[in-house]
Amino acid sequence: MTKKKQSIFTSQKFIVLLVVIGLMIVFSLISKDFRKYTTLLSMLDYSYYDVLMAIGVAFPLITGGVDLSIGTGMVCYALAGGYLIRFHSWPVGAAILVSILFGCAIGLLNGVLIAIMDLPPFLATLCTCMITRGLGSICSGSFGIPWPIANADNGWFHSIFKITLASGTKIPLGFLWMVLLALLMAFVLGHTKFGRYVIAIGSNKEATILSGINVKFYHVMAYVVCGLFAGLASISYANAIPTVQPGTGAGMELDAIGGAIVGGVSATGGYGTIIGTLLGTYVICLLKTGLPYIGLQANWQQIITGLVLIGAVLIDILKKERIKK
Amino acid sequence: MGDVILTMKGIDKSFPGVHALDHVDFEVKRGEVHALMGENGAGKSTLMKVLTGIYTKDSGSITYEGKEVEFHNTREAQDAGIVIVHQELNMVGDLTVAQNIFIGREFKKGFMIDDKKMVEESKKLFDTLKIEIDPTAKMSDLTVGKQQMCEIAKAISHEAKVIIFDEPSAALTEKEIEDLFAIIRDLREQNLGIVYISHRMDEIKVITDRVTVMRDGTYVGTLITKDCTKEDIINMMVGRVIYEEPKTKSLVAPDAPVVLKVEHLNAGRMVQDVSFELRKGEILGFSGLMGAGRTETARALFGADPKTGGDIYINGEKVTINSPQDAVKHGIGYLSEDRKRFGIVVQKSIIENSTLACLDDYLSGPFINKKKEKEVTEKYIKELDTKTPGSDQLVVNLSGGNQQKVVIAKWLVKNCDILIFDEPTRGIDVGAKNEIYKLMNRLAAEGKSIIMISSEMTEILRMSDRIVVMCEGKKTGEIAIEEATQELIMDKATRDIK
Repeated sequence: MTKKKQSIFTSQKFIVLLVVIGLMIVFSLISKDFRKYTTLLSMLDYSYYDVLMAIGVAFPLITGGVDLSIGTGMVCYALAGGYLIRFHSWPVGAAILVSILFGCAIGLLNGVLIAIMDLPPFLATLCTCMITRGLGSICSGSFGIPWPIANADNGWFHSIFKITLASGTKIPLGFLWMVLLALLMAFVLGHTKFGRYVIAIGSNKEATILSGINVKFYHVMAYVVCGLFAGLASISYANAIPTVQPGTGAGMELDAIGGAIVGGVSATGGYGTIIGTLLGTYVICLLKTGLPYIGLQANWQQIITGLVLIGAVLIDILKKERIKK
Repeated sequence: MGDVILTMKGIDKSFPGVHALDHVDFEVKRGEVHALMGENGAGKSTLMKVLTGIYTKDSGSITYEGKEVEFHNTREAQDAGIVIVHQELNMVGDLTVAQNIFIGREFKKGFMIDDKKMVEESKKLFDTLKIEIDPTAKMSDLTVGKQQMCEIAKAISHEAKVIIFDEPSAALTEKEIEDLFAIIRDLREQNLGIVYISHRMDEIKVITDRVTVMRDGTYVGTLITKDCTKEDIINMMVGRVIYEEPKTKSLVAPDAPVVLKVEHLNAGRMVQDVSFELRKGEILGFSGLMGAGRTETARALFGADPKTGGDIYINGEKVTINSPQDAVKHGIGYLSEDRKRFGIVVQKSIIENSTLACLDDYLSGPFINKKKEKEVTEKYIKELDTKTPGSDQLVVNLSGGNQQKVVIAKWLVKNCDILIFDEPTRGIDVGAKNEIYKLMNRLAAEGKSIIMISSEMTEILRMSDRIVVMCEGKKTGEIAIEEATQELIMDKATRDIK
């Protein structure tokens, strides 16, 4: 028996990092416009909500489940917060808090349905996906709701994600938060009881139950964390999108789930890293932003993203088979 | 009884590390019901699997209707007329009875399935069997007994000449068993050869003509049923020489306190009114045949399955155990018979497995103290002599014996005082077995109390201080090791159910 130690250079994280760098180089070489700093700024603005959703959904994925409600959920929470600011003159800070708590509540609902009432995750979150879409429309009275713009009195929250220096240079501060949040959640996954049990549930739920662990609680918590991040994502969504439209959001969860899986989160549970999720999501974001610059329009993006996902899932299957041998 | 239809001669089959069949002989005549008996693991099922082509024999010959044959899969055996009616029914619950009977060989009208004809044919089959089942009923709506009748009908529709019943009565009611016997007698009249595998002595006496007994993969002998007694059969089943020294006297101190008392435990059909006591430092063996309800008792005790009644006392105090969490809190650890499914998290490291049950003790604030975790894991790797290149090794890369040690370590790290070992040496090679035995003895000597469920007679006699015997969900005996013999245990384990 030989000691198997995975080298950092063959780890999926490293490969995905290379892909991110490679994509940036390729797009930059082909398109002059892609090389512009404003393109990078815009891409980052639109990446934050994908990243936040992906970090969140990594937890249900690692337990062997999924959360399909994060896309419509995110839009719903943003609508709820926006409604309070616009029509009830709530301070932005309080509205942000409501959006985040709303996310946690839907996460809790998902968790209860799945971990306690034993609904299949796919089905349970498909239902909450529809519910949040409906709730969003009700919150907003079926009208699009804009959050305050950056130079409005209460538009301070935009500076969480992007600040303008005295020289006029814009700094994508949000990216720093993404990296810090990813590091924090990586630590939670790798170094806390919650993280350890989330992995154990995805790896072998029965054995975890028989080890005397309150599996239901930790299983629910995985979905609450996912809801929390969908709530956070709603803030970055309101930052990026001028007017949040009810009825949208469906399909956005797929970019996040895809990002997590490209980043090495096992589609069948039991394995995954948050740093990988961060990188994987940027592969998806780069494809979304970059492909139009090299003349491939929306339809092609979807096809290519789909193919990249198939590749990632195949790698996951091969990896599992190798472990079995 | 007519002429011999099927002869198996000198059948030999080995699996890695196990000589499953050692030159076994077996024959079936037309118009006879031939019982095949033996303890768990005696090789009955393996022999039947060799016959029907699920396993390939290493040597020996099978003669069927005067010709030497070799089937490569169950389909070939079926086509030749040899069919097994399995213990677990192979039916698709959502299809109708007729659709199930003709699955895989549906009648067609053009390219459409001819359901009408299948229903008609099914009716004819049921008529010949003199049973009443609606062929258009959904399979899952039938009782287990009726489903089994359908299996038999299916077998006959293959124009079977030899039908093998693998413990057919295990899930049936008295009335259903009578119906089954009526059908079997009918089939015998029609000159079919019937193999009947069962543990129930009373049934063997009622329905069979001859009995062949196997033991540890060898052929022991064949008797005419009406000329033999239950004792004759039991003697043949257990008459092995025990090589390992059996325990001759209990090692438990006479004044050792009772640490666990279970009273009137009930959990479904498989656990009926089970009561027993476990003392400090004792190894309490749980013996019985397959389906005796031992694992179910352990799981109910551990809170893994719901119980319908019963009281549990730990150190004299009544406790409530509704989940594994409760059980672990009260210092009970369960080592499952199916390690890979219930025991270990295979794709995780030894460290993660070792501290899984008591991560709370290895936290610094909210964070896992990985250094402390590694220390305790390495302590137990050393103490249990687990063979691994390091504590961060994935458990999947360890051998069965070493995986078992990781599970033991998990409960020792948690400091459990009551350990339930369910088939502790299943799938573990001989050398590692001895290590596990030594380890269990050491744990008992150190004051841990052990419940050991085992289907291996030698293991029971070698390890236990006292033996509880179960049969079909009930406790049928409690034997001190000083009085225990294979015959006595087997007698209790096969108690006639009236």
